[in-house]
Amino acid sequence: MSDIATRPAPNLLANPLVKAGLIFAAVIAALAIGVRLDPTNTLYAIFVDPFQQMAQAPDLLVQTVWEGLVSGVLYALIALGFVLIFKASGVFNFAQGIMVVFAALTLVGLYEKGVPAFLAVILTLGVMFALAVTIERVVLRPLVNQPDIILFMATFGITYFLIGFGEALFGGNPKQMIAEQLYLPKGAVDLQILGGLVSLQKIDIAAALIASLMIAALAAFFQYTRIGRALRAVADSHKAALSVGISLNQIWVIVWFTAGIVALITGIMWGARSDVSFALEIVALKALPVLILGGFTSIPGAIVGGLIIGIGEKLGEFYWGPLIGGGIESWLAYFIALGFLLFRPQGLFGDKIIERI
Amino acid sequence: MSTATLEKQAAATASDTILSLNNIEVIYDHVVLVLKGVSLTVPRQGIVAILGANGAGKTTTLKAISNLLKAERGEVTKGSIVFDGERVDKMSPNELVRRGCIQVMEGRHCFGHLSIEENLLTGAFTRRDGNAAIKRDLEKIYTLFPRLKQRRSSQAGYTSGGEQQMCAIGRAMMSNPKMILLDEPSMGLAPQIVEEIFEIVRGLNADEGVSFLVAEQNTNMALRYATYGYIMETGRVVMDGEAKMLRENEDVKEFYLGVAEGNKKSFREVKSYKRRKRWLS
Repeated sequence: MSDIATRPAPNLLANPLVKAGLIFAAVIAALAIGVRLDPTNTLYAIFVDPFQQMAQAPDLLVQTVWEGLVSGVLYALIALGFVLIFKASGVFNFAQGIMVVFAALTLVGLYEKGVPAFLAVILTLGVMFALAVTIERVVLRPLVNQPDIILFMATFGITYFLIGFGEALFGGNPKQMIAEQLYLPKGAVDLQILGGLVSLQKIDIAAALIASLMIAALAAFFQYTRIGRALRAVADSHKAALSVGISLNQIWVIVWFTAGIVALITGIMWGARSDVSFALEIVALKALPVLILGGFTSIPGAIVGGLIIGIGEKLGEFYWGPLIGGGIESWLAYFIALGFLLFRPQGLFGDKIIERI
Repeated sequence: MSTATLEKQAAATASDTILSLNNIEVIYDHVVLVLKGVSLTVPRQGIVAILGANGAGKTTTLKAISNLLKAERGEVTKGSIVFDGERVDKMSPNELVRRGCIQVMEGRHCFGHLSIEENLLTGAFTRRDGNAAIKRDLEKIYTLFPRLKQRRSSQAGYTSGGEQQMCAIGRAMMSNPKMILLDEPSMGLAPQIVEEIFEIVRGLNADEGVSFLVAEQNTNMALRYATYGYIMETGRVVMDGEAKMLRENEDVKEFYLGVAEGNKKSFREVKSYKRRKRWLS
């Protein structure tokens, strides 16, 4: 039962010395901030003022939470791609971020070459399938039974290959996502809530809906189908899965293809909000704190983790950011994740380590 | 002997032999020679035991047959394995399970986070005969193992060792096998449970016609249920014979059954068994 996939994030922080050191560092940091701010007002500014602001302008609060929710859903989508592959092959797939970019680039690139939009989606799915088969053949199969770290490094290789390959094929310039051609809605809905105007982008609503649908579909697939059961079995123990005749090669192709589908949908949604460029890959790294929060092996964890990180960082940026001059959004997620590692290293929903005594 | 004649010979004996190993050699990691020419046969619907101490090569022999060796960087470098009249040494575990040869690994290896019922259903992964047949077989397993029915929805990781062993055997049965390779079923189980497990093996053998190749350290128990036994030492078969004959052999009694007779003082006085060479391959 001590298999790779059931293991939570490595618990470096079980070491009391490390833990004490981190807490010490945090206290020093807090003191440093406290000194910079007006000492008489620091506590007030941290603990009272933001909440007063929330109560005074509830419409702003709703707007902020909504924005957090949307980016949270998109983080969740990226995290989902990671979880799928980690569960089934015990590989932390660093290339998930670039797969998002690659899928989106392929879609837009095909469209620019004159392929109708929906045909381009189907062709892109074909490309993602070919990619899954290639990765299984060229990378995973020869490296089977190597230590986890080697497979992890191999996904770095895949990342840089895809960056180069994508650039060679489609060029390095940012592209416009073909949102309109895919009938994704544009514009905003203005709602009258709590005495203020809250404006919701239609594309965000669509993103939230599509993401929820896909997550539900994946959960059903995992829980109720023969392949889904096999996927969970592989996640539990590779060897036992082999022994009952589950073909790992087949499972890996399925899993990487599923991650490819998730990547394509994520790429379309992110791409429609900004544009399609290699910078998206950085956003994908936000999936890391999401995973630490939700647990590397849990699909619901990826979703809840995504939402907490998304909403948390928007609220933090808006209400607490000004206290230290803004820019909280880029690191707050990692801070939240660090706190979680201290107290619940397997994440909110990570597989419990089953140990019989 | 050429492959063609070997296969012909295999086909000729296929009717009464389900599995035959011919002088197989296994090397781990390209350097470690673990099996040094093992030959054995399992008759159709028979129960055959492989006995021996730790590290004798019992598990490796079973894994060579089921080809789980590859996942541990082992390789069959010499000899042939014929299952049900067909050379299987290069086949993947998936293809072997499809042909009716499945292994129950040492230490059970149930899927801890899946429920007992889901565990059983994973055993049917390779089957193509439809949900109705699988459902029927599931019910059959539940009548064979009433305890599994009681615990069908609990996570396998939280069930007892005996229940996990039953789950592992039941899971293997769900693949509709002709033969089960059972590795160390007694490991970590109370004597009473071990007896129960072996009774189940005998029942499956008699009622379902499943052949068994059992690797066991519990020589006493294994020889009571098996019809034929092979004793292995450091990668070789050093002795084989009818279970009854082995049970009564003086040296087996002394080394494996723990029944000493006379007063042998040191290992020097012990007769050493040479490998019985078979010049078949």
